[in-house]
Amino acid sequence: MLRNQFGKMAMTTVAGAMLMAAAACGGNDTGSGGNTAASPGATSEAPKSSLKVGLAYDVGGRGDKSFNDSAYAGLERAGKELGAEIKDLSPAADGSNRGELLRQLADAGYNPIIGVGFAYGEDIKKAATEYPDIQFAVVDSASNAPNVTGLLFAEEQGSYLAGVAAAEKTKSNHLGFVGGVENDLIKKFQAGFEAGAKSVKSDIKIDVKYLTPDGDFSGFKAPDKGKITAEKMYQDGADIVYHASGDSGLGVFQAAAAAGKQAIGVDSDQYETVKEADLKKVIMTSMIKRVDNGVFEFIKAFQGGAKGGSNSVYDLKVDGVGLSTSGGFIDDVMPKVDEAKKKIIDGSVTVPTQP
Amino acid sequence: MMPAGLQRALLTVAGAVVAVLIAVAVSSVAILAAGASPVTALQAMFDFGDTQIQVVNSVTTLLNRAVPLFVAGLAVAIGFRMNLFNIGVEGQYRIAAVVAAFVGSQFDLPGPVQILLIIAVAMAVGGLYALIPAVLKVTRGVNEVIATIMLNYIAINLAAFLVRGPFAGERAEGQLTTSTPELPESAWFPNLNFLFEMFGLPAPRGGGLWGFLAVAVVAGLIIWLVLERTRFGFEVKATGLNASAALASGIDPKRMVISAMVLSGAVAGLIGLPEILGRTHAYGSNFTAGLGFLGIAVALLGRNRPGGIAVAALLFAFLDRAGAPLQFADIPPSVITIIQGTIVLMVVIANEVTIRMSMRNEERRAARQLATTNQAGVAA
Repeated sequence: MLRNQFGKMAMTTVAGAMLMAAAACGGNDTGSGGNTAASPGATSEAPKSSLKVGLAYDVGGRGDKSFNDSAYAGLERAGKELGAEIKDLSPAADGSNRGELLRQLADAGYNPIIGVGFAYGEDIKKAATEYPDIQFAVVDSASNAPNVTGLLFAEEQGSYLAGVAAAEKTKSNHLGFVGGVENDLIKKFQAGFEAGAKSVKSDIKIDVKYLTPDGDFSGFKAPDKGKITAEKMYQDGADIVYHASGDSGLGVFQAAAAAGKQAIGVDSDQYETVKEADLKKVIMTSMIKRVDNGVFEFIKAFQGGAKGGSNSVYDLKVDGVGLSTSGGFIDDVMPKVDEAKKKIIDGSVTVPTQP
Repeated sequence: MMPAGLQRALLTVAGAVVAVLIAVAVSSVAILAAGASPVTALQAMFDFGDTQIQVVNSVTTLLNRAVPLFVAGLAVAIGFRMNLFNIGVEGQYRIAAVVAAFVGSQFDLPGPVQILLIIAVAMAVGGLYALIPAVLKVTRGVNEVIATIMLNYIAINLAAFLVRGPFAGERAEGQLTTSTPELPESAWFPNLNFLFEMFGLPAPRGGGLWGFLAVAVVAGLIIWLVLERTRFGFEVKATGLNASAALASGIDPKRMVISAMVLSGAVAGLIGLPEILGRTHAYGSNFTAGLGFLGIAVALLGRNRPGGIAVAALLFAFLDRAGAPLQFADIPPSVITIIQGTIVLMVVIANEVTIRMSMRNEERRAARQLATTNQAGVAA
C-alpha cells in the first residue's frame, strides 16, 4: 500500500517536475522558437492541399542513406510536384509500434498511407481492414487487402547487373556478398548477384555471409557486424563485396576503405548518399532500387483515382532497378552491363530469385 | 526529530525528483541541439490526440507497452534482489515465447484451459532455460553474467531457427516474414475494451487493451507477496544483502541461487505472451525483441520493487508512446532514447547518493545515542 502511494506520488512529482522544467526552458527559448510557431501553422494550412500523404519507415528510419531515404525522396517529390502535404514517421528501435504509426497517420487524416518494408505486411493488412476508406501501399510486400497496393521490385535483376559488373572488374576472381538478414527478400539479391557473376566467369568464387538469421532484423542496422564480416572476406582474397544490409553497409564500406578494396552499395546511389569522402571512393557502383519511383508513382496513381488490391512490379523494363555509375568506376564495363540488361529485358535471360 | 523511516522515504522521493529534473534538463539540451524546442517536445509528449478514439488508442498503446515492460522488470528484479545478475531474461523470454506459441497452436482446448496451458509452457521453458546458468554457477562457479549473456545468443538464434524451420507455419504467397502456426481462437486472450466502454468511450482499434494486463497485475501482487511476506523472500533478501551472514544463519546459498534464477526465468517466460495472446496470435519474425534488456533498466528504475517497477514501466511506456507525436511535431524520436537513458543513469546515481546519505544519518544517530548512554553511565 505504502509503495502504491509512493508510486502515485512519484508519478505526480515526475509529471509536475517535467512541466516546471518545460516552463523554465520556455523562458529562454522564446527567441529561437521558430518551431513552436511552425507546428500550429502547419495544421491550419491543411486545407490548402487536399492530398495528405503519410509514410511510415521500417526499423532504421530516415537517415539510413539507403532504403528509407530512397522512399523519402519519392515522398518529397510528391510533396513538391503534386503539392501534397507529407508526413513521415520512424518506428521505435524494436519495431513494436509499426501498427500504431499507421493508425496515428490514419487518425490524423492522411490518405494514402505507405508502409516502407516487408515487415509492414501484416500491420498494413490489419490497418486496411480497420480503415477501409483509406488507401495503403506497402513496399516489398504483396497486396493482401482490397485497399492495399503492393510495391514490388525485381531486386534479382539489378543484382544480376551488379554481379556482371563485379565479375568484369575483379582481379582476384573472388567476390563477396553480405546480406543483412537471411530471408527470402535478401536471398533474391544473392541469387541475382551470383547468377550475374557466374554468367561472366563460371569459376568465380563468391563468399556469402548473412549478418543475422531470419526473424532477427538487427542485421539491417549493425555496421559493426557488417565491418567484421567484410573484413574477413577481404582478408580471404575477395576484392569486391556487394552488400544488401541497410545501415550495416556502412561497416562494409569502412572495411573496404581499410583494406583498399571495393564495395557495391544497395538501394540508393550510395556514392551520392554517403558523406565520408574516404568511403565514397570505395563504392564502385550501387544496385539502385527505385523505391522513390515506386512511392511517387503510387501517390500519383492515387491522385488519379487508382485503387489498391494489386501489385505494381518495378523491374529493369521500367527502370525500377538498375546500376548507378557515379564516380565513373564501372564506365569501362558498361557495354557488358547494358548487354546483360538487354538480355533480361527481352527475356533471353531469366534471373533466378532463389540462390 | 523525524522518524528514520520517514526521513529515508523523503530522501528517496527527493532523489527521484532531482534525478528526473536533471534528466529533463539534459534532454532539453539534446532537443535544442536537434534544432527543436523543448516546450514543443513536451507538449507533443503529453498530446494524446484530439478525438475520443485517438485518446483511447493512445492510452491503450501506453498500457499495452507497459505490460511486457513491467513483467520484464519483475523477472530481472527477482535476480537483482539477491545480487544475481540475470542478464539472460532476453533469451529466456524469446525461447519461451516461440515454444509456447508453437505448443499452443498444436491443440484446441476450451479457452481458459488453453490459455493456462500456454502460460504454463512459457513459464516452464523460461524457468528451465534459466536453470542452465544457475546449475553452472552452483556446480562450477561460472559467473552468471557471462553464462546468461552467452545463452542469450544461443536462445535468440535458436528461436530464429525454430520459427523458420521446425515450428514454421504456412506462409502466404509472397510473404517474407515467417511465424509459427496461428493460435486457435480459444487461445486469444479476451481484451479489456469493456473498461473503456463502461465509461461510454469508444473501443480502441487494433487488438484492443490486452487482457494480459490483468495477469501482469496478479503476477506483480504474487511476487510482491513472495518477496516481502514469505520466508523465501526473506532468504532472497538476506542472501543478497550478505551472503556469508545468510549462510551462517542456515540459508543454503546453492538452493537460493537455483530457486531465484528459475523463478526469474519463469516470470521472464511471460514477457512475450501479452503480444502473442493479445495481438499477433503467433510468434513471428516481427516479434518484439529487446524487452529483456529494457527490463534491466525498468528494474533499476523501480528499485527492484513491484510497485516501483510498475511506475517505471508506465514511465517508459509513456516515453515510448511519445515517439509518434514527437515526429508529428517534427522532433526526431531519438530524443526519447536519450531521455530514457539519462533518467536511468540519474536515478541510479541518485539511489547511490541517497543510500549513502541515509547511512551517514543512521551512523550519526547511533553515535549520538551511544554518547548519551555513555554519559549516563559515567554520571552513575
